[in-house]
Amino acid sequence: MASIEMQGLTKTYPGGVTAVDGLDLTIVDGEFFALLGPSGCGKTTLLRTIAGLEQATAGTLLLGGRDVTTATPGKRDVAMVFQDYALFPHMNVQDNIAYPLRIQKMALGERRAKALETAQGLGLEALMGRRPGQLSGGQQQRVALARAIAYRPQVFLFDEPLSNLDARLRLEARTFLKRLQGELGVTTVFVTHDQAEALAMADRMAVMESGRIRQVGTPSDIFHRPINVFVANFIGSTPMNLLPTVVAGAGEGAHLMLGDVRLPVPATAAGLLHDDGEEVLLGSRPEYTDLSIEERPDSLSGKVVVVENLGATALVSVETGGQIVKAVVPEGEEPRIGEPAWMTPQHHRALVYRQVDGLLVARNRESANDTRTESVTA
Amino acid sequence: MSVKAAPAPDNLVTAVVRRVLFYALMTLVAAFFALPLLWLVFTPFDRHPSLSVKLPEFTLDNFRMLLQNPYALSSLKNSVFIAGGAMVMVVVFAALAAYALSRVRIPGRDALLYGLLLLSSIVTGTAAMVPIFLLMFQLNLIDSRTGVSLVLAGGLLPAAIFILKDFMDATPRSYEESARVFGASPLQVLRHIVLPIARPGLATIAVWALVNAWGDFLIAFILLRDPDKSPAGVVMYTFYTEGGQANLPLISAFSLLYAIPVVAMYLFVSRRYGFRFHGGIKG
Repeated sequence: MASIEMQGLTKTYPGGVTAVDGLDLTIVDGEFFALLGPSGCGKTTLLRTIAGLEQATAGTLLLGGRDVTTATPGKRDVAMVFQDYALFPHMNVQDNIAYPLRIQKMALGERRAKALETAQGLGLEALMGRRPGQLSGGQQQRVALARAIAYRPQVFLFDEPLSNLDARLRLEARTFLKRLQGELGVTTVFVTHDQAEALAMADRMAVMESGRIRQVGTPSDIFHRPINVFVANFIGSTPMNLLPTVVAGAGEGAHLMLGDVRLPVPATAAGLLHDDGEEVLLGSRPEYTDLSIEERPDSLSGKVVVVENLGATALVSVETGGQIVKAVVPEGEEPRIGEPAWMTPQHHRALVYRQVDGLLVARNRESANDTRTESVTA
Repeated sequence: MSVKAAPAPDNLVTAVVRRVLFYALMTLVAAFFALPLLWLVFTPFDRHPSLSVKLPEFTLDNFRMLLQNPYALSSLKNSVFIAGGAMVMVVVFAALAAYALSRVRIPGRDALLYGLLLLSSIVTGTAAMVPIFLLMFQLNLIDSRTGVSLVLAGGLLPAAIFILKDFMDATPRSYEESARVFGASPLQVLRHIVLPIARPGLATIAVWALVNAWGDFLIAFILLRDPDKSPAGVVMYTFYTEGGQANLPLISAFSLLYAIPVVAMYLFVSRRYGFRFHGGIKG
């Protein structure tokens, strides 16, 4: 059990590419932490740097208060589960699980007993004699987990733990992993490019872009109050509606103008917009955008162009003033294509971003951004 | 054959003629390869060995005569020493070099590999014989079986490294990284992970090196003086009758003895390892 502290952690590859750029982050003991970001954002490099497979070029890394910045992988007391699971194809399940113990020079009988004990915890005892090639994807994943658990590390690192499973198994594995982590209570960091996975599993998560952390927080924080336009677009199963508007008036009397339409300032930014004529983006998730087929005040009018069925809900695209605004409506209430519709961002859930730097306008930035993250973005 | 429509008679005739011609050609090719093998199997047991293939009038006299030859058996021992030594050197050095070349990024690595391969196949033993002879002379390795082993291994190494590097490349790095995170040292990674996975490749290289070194004539012929040190390939060259004719009874019996170890080893390795490779993960 250990916390992970990074101070100014930087990894620059010999070619000059900076994959991880001056990262400050603290992961608390026992936490299930997600590193989320698009491919190439440095999340896997960060994980490999924690494991010691990459050497940090600057900064320090503390595991459980111990400086391991330059320690070799084997001396860090971390276990990593690779994306391809990296089970040794020439060893059977038992020898795979017992491998970390073999390195620790544990006697054969003892390590076989330990391997069996770990395997029983994961329901693998019937597969001990098989080779990895004879296992299904889900079984391989559990063997890889068992091998990591048998090592009894301070920290688990999972690299894209679910990406090699098919869709149905992925959901199952998600629940399984979350429960397992809760039972073991070991600090765990996992990397994913799938925002739904991060939201579903993590206690806290960091959203990364081009080697920097854009936002750290609980899944709920990040879903409800994305710190900037990038995070707003990246999180959520459908991207957030971002409407270019202009501030009219100031302080309490301010409102937003979208063309000729006058919209109220959302509760989240009330009293914070002072510059008359400033360009801002009004952000509203489709889930938090109300749609009506009758005329309403303070709303955007348009015509329904596409209706996508999502099962229990439908995603409706409305064309208004030359741009598409999306809203999620419950099943049975979908409008017909071509019908007029009025869209209203929910007053307490809509957000305002500055056009200049893409940052959220919020009363207390620290609450939405609870660590010392990079807040000046390009 | 299609079930839906019977082929037109014209097509049928063409098809049959084609099939017949194909089998005739295959038979010819098969005979071409089978005849020398049949000679190798039958002639040693024939009372009157000749260059034609015929069912033997059975006798073991040829082998008895061979055993009386002072050099025959010792030459097989020399062959085992020379070819075995070359094989061990090729496998050990090629495995280490291939692993390093597969894992370490150095500028011009591929150029180095192709250069080695190209030079070693263009500058063959014959063309390089004079410099090799001079080199061995200066190293004081003329008339030494170790010297012959070294020269053979040197000639085989580039191609062996090239082939083995492919096997090493096919082993995912995550296997090694996984072992390293669990605390394995580089040597443990090599022993526990890399070598066992590359075993089919190593076996292939071992057989290939042994066969090549076992069949060598020229290098041993030039570098060795003492007939007591000559390997089988060179000794067979000395089997002539007093009249200057090839001594077919001796040659045929010796050929069979000379061929058996290599064939046996090839069968063993191919049965044991084949060219199978345990893949990483499948779905």
